[in-house]
Amino acid sequence: MKSLSRIFAILLKEVRQLRRDRLTFGMVVGLPVMQMLLFGYAINTDVRNLKTAIADQADTHLSRQFVAELAQTQVVDIVGGVNSPRQLEALLREGSISIGVHIPHDFDRRIVDRTRAASHLLVDGSDPTILGVANQLRAMPFGFDAGDAGPAAQVIEVRPYYNPERRTPVNIVPGLMGVILTMTMILFTAVAIVRERERGNLELLINTPVSSAELMIGKVVPYILIGMLQLALILAVGRLLFDVPVRGSIVDLYLAAFAFIAANLALGLFISTAARTQFQAMQMTIFIFLPSILLSGFMFPFEGMPLVAQWLGEVLPNTHFIRLTRGIMLRGASIGDLYRDVGYLLGFALVAMTGAALRFTKRLD
Amino acid sequence: MNREFAIEARGLTKRFGDLVAVSQLDLDVPRGEIYGFLGPNGSGKSTTIRMLCGLLMPSDGNAVVLDTEVPGDARRLKPRIGYMTQKFSLFGDMTVLENLQFIADIYSYPRRERAARVEELLERYDLHAQQGQLAGTMSGGQRQRLALACAVLHRPELLLLDEPTSAVDPQSRRDFWAALFRLAEAGTTILVSTHYMDEAERCHRLAILDRGVKVADGTPAELQASTGMHVVEVIASDPYHAQVVIAKIPEVVSVTQLGVRLRVLIPEAHDNPTATVDAVLRSAGLDAQASLSSATLEDVFVAVTLKPRRQAA
Repeated sequence: MKSLSRIFAILLKEVRQLRRDRLTFGMVVGLPVMQMLLFGYAINTDVRNLKTAIADQADTHLSRQFVAELAQTQVVDIVGGVNSPRQLEALLREGSISIGVHIPHDFDRRIVDRTRAASHLLVDGSDPTILGVANQLRAMPFGFDAGDAGPAAQVIEVRPYYNPERRTPVNIVPGLMGVILTMTMILFTAVAIVRERERGNLELLINTPVSSAELMIGKVVPYILIGMLQLALILAVGRLLFDVPVRGSIVDLYLAAFAFIAANLALGLFISTAARTQFQAMQMTIFIFLPSILLSGFMFPFEGMPLVAQWLGEVLPNTHFIRLTRGIMLRGASIGDLYRDVGYLLGFALVAMTGAALRFTKRLD
Repeated sequence: MNREFAIEARGLTKRFGDLVAVSQLDLDVPRGEIYGFLGPNGSGKSTTIRMLCGLLMPSDGNAVVLDTEVPGDARRLKPRIGYMTQKFSLFGDMTVLENLQFIADIYSYPRRERAARVEELLERYDLHAQQGQLAGTMSGGQRQRLALACAVLHRPELLLLDEPTSAVDPQSRRDFWAALFRLAEAGTTILVSTHYMDEAERCHRLAILDRGVKVADGTPAELQASTGMHVVEVIASDPYHAQVVIAKIPEVVSVTQLGVRLRVLIPEAHDNPTATVDAVLRSAGLDAQASLSSATLEDVFVAVTLKPRRQAA
């Protein structure tokens, strides 16, 4: 009986403390709901609206009908037309389209001949799900050969770009870099200020002439170097063990990583100014980390997600970094091709850093 | 521009929600003196010190510290003040030397003189043997010496010390106060909070705080001379029973036991305090001697902090 009452005493204490710890309480409710929503919406292998450009060199009645039928599937979202397959390749490399449809000028004859594929689908193979979808398109029946007897012509030939062997590490590693850096970078700085608050160092620091901005910058710079070191490690392991290529410039990759690391560190600092304890800082980091895995395009193709999830994904630095790494490492894109993502990351870093410096007052109240 | 006072505060008030931590505090701290804040925990000592160095925004009132408005110009003030927090706030995972060098960097201490200054502080605060030791592994007394060394490194004009001796042994406290006197002689103004009577007695001047209100201030001698109380000391063989019967005398404000002695406070308005106490003791048949005594600082403290309670009752 005594043991029971002691157990009850502990139990009551836990419930009381839990009720007063808002953030943990929020995790009890928030995490399951958030995970359900994230997974439920993000896991969608039934990908639609893949950005597609058409290079219709035939421009015949039949080719236009073909394009119209492709569009009707809703799998592709035709964003524009260009003149040559070379231009399609350029758009693919930039990451502005996932699929390029090349219709050769002898399209009509090829349909009748049935010896060669009538059109080519140039597919961004750096995302395996997109490649799968493209392969499904190939099997699709088209209306214009319905009347003919005999075996169906191969209307579409799929040409996977960037990862023709379809090796998983080649797809995973560039994205994984972003995930690893998100975890470590945010966590490092998220605890950086809170730790000093907990240990009492902060009260001493804010009584010295050091300014908020000086404190923030001083805390971020060493971790940028650590992040770069981590990147080098991941690249070396990817190269040596998994034979993951870096097709673009390695300098571009480091520049992109610099912007990304700065964005994450600044976000961590911002968390640090909001959290009261190290534990709270870690909890908040998890709230950022989960969507960074699920909504960034790392696990599931960005285009397959509902619009709201895409908006959320657009906010996350990891989404932009994954575009950059896949572009630079696999598609051989240059940082100039992907300036929008770099620009976003730098802007994010600046805003988060300013927010942190503004939130961090050199006072205790 | 130099005023007579290092700190002048008028109507300084700090509220945390419904709690009034400091209420309408007026303060004049002369330059080059050691000024004490005496009061129990929760009396507003730390809150006041934090408002004076700009760490907390006053809810009301204002303060001029070293001719600088706080918290308005707190940024300009920081290089001129040294602050020692109640809790050890240096870096436990850095050595003594690294901590001192860090502080020197933060205060932009002139590079050429830096090594000599650090050496001087290691010498003066007896930290030479520990210079390579991690600060977190040191004893309470050593930590406190390091904290003081760091607080004075940049030669501040004003030193704010928040219960600096609450975690150290008596010998360390003596050494610490010797160091404070040395600093004061060199012209540093020192504001120190404490809840030890003997430390309060060493201050040139002090303020007694009780639940956020300044209940008395002045030099220790002035305070002892102006309690408005007779102090009757009773030496009794059974001090507990003596205390019970004395406490029943209507004129008695307070009875404090110190071993076999009792300190009895009776307002000055009443004549013959000794006779009154004697009569009660004799009628109770207790073996005790009463005699008139002069007020100690502890009597002052009891007298000034009891008043509001009696009025409330």
